[in-house]
Amino acid sequence: MEKVNHIHGVAVPLRRSNVDTDQIIPAVFLKRITKTGYDDALFAAWRQDPAFILNQPEYASPSVLVTGPDFGTGSSREHAVWALRDFGFKAVLSPKFGDIFRGNAGKQGLLAAQLSEQDIEEIWATLEARPGMAIDISLESQTVTVGEKTFTFDIDEYTRWRLLEGYDDIALTLRNEAAITDFEKQRPNWMPKTIPAKA
Amino acid sequence: MLRFWFSCGCFHGTKRSTNLGDMSNTHATAGAPRTLAEKVWDDHVIVRGENGQPDLIYIDLHLVHEVTSPQAFDGLRLADRPVHRLDLTIATEDHNTPTINIDREIAEPTSRAQIEALRKNAAEFGVRLHSLGDAEQGIVHVVGPQLGLTMPGITVVCGDSHTSTHGAFGAMAFGIGTSEVEHVLATQTLPLKPFKTMAINVDGTLRPGVTAKDIILAVIAKIGTGGGQGYVLEYRGSAIRDLSMEGRMTICNMSIEAGARAGMVAPDETTYEYVKGRPHAPQGADWDEAVAYWKTLPTDEGATFDAEVFINADELEPFVTWGTNPGQGVSLSGRVPNPAEITDEHERHAAERALEYMDLNPGTPLKDIEVDAVFMGSCTNSRIEDLRAFTSIIKGKKKADGVRVMVVPGSARVRLQAEAEGLDKIIKDFGAEWRFAGCSMCLGMNPDQLEPGERCASTSNRNFEGRQGSGSRTHLVSPLVAAATAIRGTLSSPWDLEADKSKGA
Repeated sequence: MEKVNHIHGVAVPLRRSNVDTDQIIPAVFLKRITKTGYDDALFAAWRQDPAFILNQPEYASPSVLVTGPDFGTGSSREHAVWALRDFGFKAVLSPKFGDIFRGNAGKQGLLAAQLSEQDIEEIWATLEARPGMAIDISLESQTVTVGEKTFTFDIDEYTRWRLLEGYDDIALTLRNEAAITDFEKQRPNWMPKTIPAKA
Repeated sequence: MLRFWFSCGCFHGTKRSTNLGDMSNTHATAGAPRTLAEKVWDDHVIVRGENGQPDLIYIDLHLVHEVTSPQAFDGLRLADRPVHRLDLTIATEDHNTPTINIDREIAEPTSRAQIEALRKNAAEFGVRLHSLGDAEQGIVHVVGPQLGLTMPGITVVCGDSHTSTHGAFGAMAFGIGTSEVEHVLATQTLPLKPFKTMAINVDGTLRPGVTAKDIILAVIAKIGTGGGQGYVLEYRGSAIRDLSMEGRMTICNMSIEAGARAGMVAPDETTYEYVKGRPHAPQGADWDEAVAYWKTLPTDEGATFDAEVFINADELEPFVTWGTNPGQGVSLSGRVPNPAEITDEHERHAAERALEYMDLNPGTPLKDIEVDAVFMGSCTNSRIEDLRAFTSIIKGKKKADGVRVMVVPGSARVRLQAEAEGLDKIIKDFGAEWRFAGCSMCLGMNPDQLEPGERCASTSNRNFEGRQGSGSRTHLVSPLVAAATAIRGTLSSPWDLEADKSKGA
């Protein structure tokens, strides 16, 4: 997983609350067998509408989604994070996230930053006045800079550390690689072994 | 009669708290009496978690199938990671495989894509794969034990909730999600929070016609589909000791239907006898060392469980489910319950909904219920002993008119053995379909499905709405009840066949 710290890019003001994971990615896309390539699935139903914000030319290559409260509630599907990531989003700003979504985001390198509803309103207003404007996020200083104004955001310390270090679950475990190797050396010989297809 | 209580809080957690910071691989609790589950766990801790963090647990055997693995392999590819231990990993095709015309291309696109993805991934990463047509292909939980890979004292995982099956050997075995599959492929470990322990004591002697399946259905009806949540179950007592390995696998298989991720049986001579001589079983000095270790695994005298359940095997009868979860079951001699008599409001509503879906009326004798189909198969009941039990009842008889009977062996190896014993002939003479190996109608990911509204007596593990096909109605039963039902056309046990005989029917 890539380290996350400074993010600079186009921010999309999505004036909706309670965006559940079924809206982020409908169930029909869950039959796929890959972990990437879900950019076409993101907000698939809403994107049918030509007026939907992500269909506007100013937002062709966005990096940050600025959304209302209770983003990512509902089904636990990790695909919701994959779809946002594959579309190019590096961060989502919201007053409140669904718990499972927030956990999944942290594991996949997507920054879920929590700001007050008042701050989100202010950012929306600025972004809507200048469609397609880029903003800056610093995870290290936990700040979002929109034009002249800088806001602070909340994120739990553990997730912040993981994102700054670029640790996914596997990388975290592999920090114990020496202990795993030592453990493997003392495993008894009678334990089961398969016959690999290649060595 | 039946007693059931939960004793204290989290015994395991209490013990752990005295050992915070212990990073070694030594047994933190050496000397104190421990349960089977605690022993296996302790011997697989690589790093003990501190301050509520999970323990890092080593995984001895990783079983892989086509449904839950494609994205895990894709994740490895994305991060440029190899499979850490190819020699502890094995794959088979089971959920999507057809059970007829297995030499033809799979028609359904999603099924075909999952199978093709597994073949491609196995070849690319170097994982041993037993494909459709291979003599070792079959349901992943039949294949592992059959190859001698499943053995006491090891940890087993698979992206499938019925991995609990392997606990029958005294292994710690449980199902995992796709992200965890990727984690195990990459590291051969899992970060896991400790569990609580529950003893399921089954003492007494089963009457002829009553089987392991009836024990586990009775257990689930007793503790409920959530009763085992957070626990590892240990099945104990004389009735469990008397069971074959197949019977123990049937019981451990359905631990997940009681909400428990894992169920275990302490290894004994029955276990060693089953493992010995199988293709991957230890040999020579390794065998002796293994058995010596396995003999240390049974729960110590004086060890305490966080909860205990007692079941009297003498009183058990053939069991059957009437509803849409595996806990909604009663003795076959009973009647469809009246929801109005259920005091728990949540359960009463669930029963009302279930009866509506199942199209059953309160008070109807279970034995009056006619079926359209009988399914004999699944990871719960598709081993050679299950087929022997089933054919012992149907031998020389004809199936009831209008009832479709499908027999699906758990593995290609089971199919071959059944044919060597002539069981296929008994099945075909009976009027039943003799199929190739796979999960089949247990969950209908392949074409083996019921029509909407059809009612099936099934030896599988889940009677959920739509499980065996949209609108399908499932009654979970043992192989013996499946056989008697196929003969009589109504839910029946071998006891009813005896009664028919004495009546001259």
